[in-house]
Amino acid sequence: MFRQNKFFFPVLSLLAVMVLLTAIAFGAVSIRPSEMFSAVQHFLQGKEPASIYEAVFLQLRLPRVLLCAIVGAVLSASGVLMQGLFRNPIVEPGLIGTSSGAAFGAAVVFVVAAKMDPGIKSMIGPLLVPLFAFAGALLATYTVYSLAKSAKKISITSLLLVGIAINAIGLSGTGFLSYIARDPQARSITFWNLGSFAGAGWNQVAITGIVAAIVFYCILYYAKQLNTLILGEEEASYLGVDPDKLKRRIMLLNTAMVAVATAFVGVISFMGLIVPHILRLLVGSDNKKLLPASMLLGAVLMTIADMVARLLLAPAEMPVGIITSLVGAPVFILLLKKYNVLGDKGGYYD
Amino acid sequence: MIEIKNIGYSIHHKWLLQNISYQFLPGKMYMICGPNGAGKSTLIKLLSLQLKPVTGDLAYNGKPVKLKHKQLYAKHRAVLSQHNDISFPLSVEELIMMGRYPHFDRVPSKKDFDICEEVMKKLDITIFRKRNYLTLSGGEKQRIQFARVLVQIWETPAEGCRYLLLDEPISSLDLKYQFDFLKQVKDFINDKTIVIAILHDLNLALNYADEILLLDKGNLFCSGKPSDTLHPDNILKVFGVESTLHQLPGTTLLWVNKK
Repeated sequence: MFRQNKFFFPVLSLLAVMVLLTAIAFGAVSIRPSEMFSAVQHFLQGKEPASIYEAVFLQLRLPRVLLCAIVGAVLSASGVLMQGLFRNPIVEPGLIGTSSGAAFGAAVVFVVAAKMDPGIKSMIGPLLVPLFAFAGALLATYTVYSLAKSAKKISITSLLLVGIAINAIGLSGTGFLSYIARDPQARSITFWNLGSFAGAGWNQVAITGIVAAIVFYCILYYAKQLNTLILGEEEASYLGVDPDKLKRRIMLLNTAMVAVATAFVGVISFMGLIVPHILRLLVGSDNKKLLPASMLLGAVLMTIADMVARLLLAPAEMPVGIITSLVGAPVFILLLKKYNVLGDKGGYYD
Repeated sequence: MIEIKNIGYSIHHKWLLQNISYQFLPGKMYMICGPNGAGKSTLIKLLSLQLKPVTGDLAYNGKPVKLKHKQLYAKHRAVLSQHNDISFPLSVEELIMMGRYPHFDRVPSKKDFDICEEVMKKLDITIFRKRNYLTLSGGEKQRIQFARVLVQIWETPAEGCRYLLLDEPISSLDLKYQFDFLKQVKDFINDKTIVIAILHDLNLALNYADEILLLDKGNLFCSGKPSDTLHPDNILKVFGVESTLHQLPGTTLLWVNKK
């Protein structure tokens, strides 16, 4: 069924590099490759940027595109992990509350920190935001998981319904905090609910990058064990895997990376749904291939989505979540149809 | 060897199995028979360490089982369950290779590939290798899962035994493959192999089992040679139907009398 093409990963990697370079080049101001090159050269020599173009490249465009790529990779890999854990192809962090929980946690810090001394705020801010986002995301995910878990099997209907409820709580909490907030970033409700890369900087790239790198390393180690969950938890245990332990660990790792990403860019839905769905058709469900492929394709698609968000209404820009939801929601409906959740007799996953 | 002593299991104060003691010896095919709700699946789940017995002891190779480290048993103990639904597309060869997972760390060795080839050839399923498991029929799926279970314990261990536990393995197979399946299991047995299977078809149990355990309402009603255990007297007491046993050339037939 799946053509095991040895060119698949090289082509996908090449595509990723090309898309990233294109995204860096186009924007409110265009940047030529020669300017990118000289900017890097000047930076390495410890000199100031020679032109406005080099400055835009180094301080705005490059961190933004890198953050896009990292967040895209994180959300797509998270889709694969959650679908593996719930044994269900219609789950992703935006749908079951992980992202809105994280956004709420991060918003709490923004609002509280605004009342603090600016010196303390700049010191603890970068660390507290991801930490609170993690706490919020973990609470939301765990609540959805334990409420949806009836008997042995987790039904997709109950998962999605509980997800709607928890999302509503998270979003209204974030909305309230945004309303009373003083911090200009936190004041923008659209930033939290629709996601945006407009605030990207090297700080965010560094933190999400480090967390994502550590988590990716760990989940690739668990890829083989995660495969056994496809067969079912009982079968996994017959193959020498402790399913409960595995699920706890994957859940923690997954929540950590989604939380950190969401803390800086807000809730971006449907990425984790589209990317794994496309790739399962291309490379199958073996997580050793599916996870790295999802990271690459996620980076590519998120970068393209952000490019569209920046360029469509240029010089103004719109939240990237509008693009991902616009493309992702129809895919979601198609999936619901495909797995017959909308059928009159109820679906297989019901 | 698997030894159970006074083993019992209860859930919500209801005993599903009580006071079962037995010794399973290498080189034999054991079959568990009994009506619905007799505790057959519970017994398989206890033997496969999926459930923790509420009372009694369980020993593999004369050593008490440590359920904390039940993962260690995956190299020598394989279980074929009744249900084999999966939610994601996998190729048949990927699924079969999962049986080798307990034996390699990250990348399968040549030996792992060789074993998969050998088993696929033996079960005559090589033609399915590139197919998507989700597109196969119920019977085909069962044969693929059987291959996965066989590759898991394909090598005879240097010490101790290998254990193959089957929960109603042939109910989804058609006639030819039922017989093929039982023959393949017979071929698999050697003096270091124990096979324990739940079988609904009493005639197949009569002709293929070395020993039969007849369960009734959570108790071991009787056990031993097939023609003794599945004697019409016992069938009447346990299943509540009249039957007669006929000796035909080369086979024994249990005939259920019409009412």
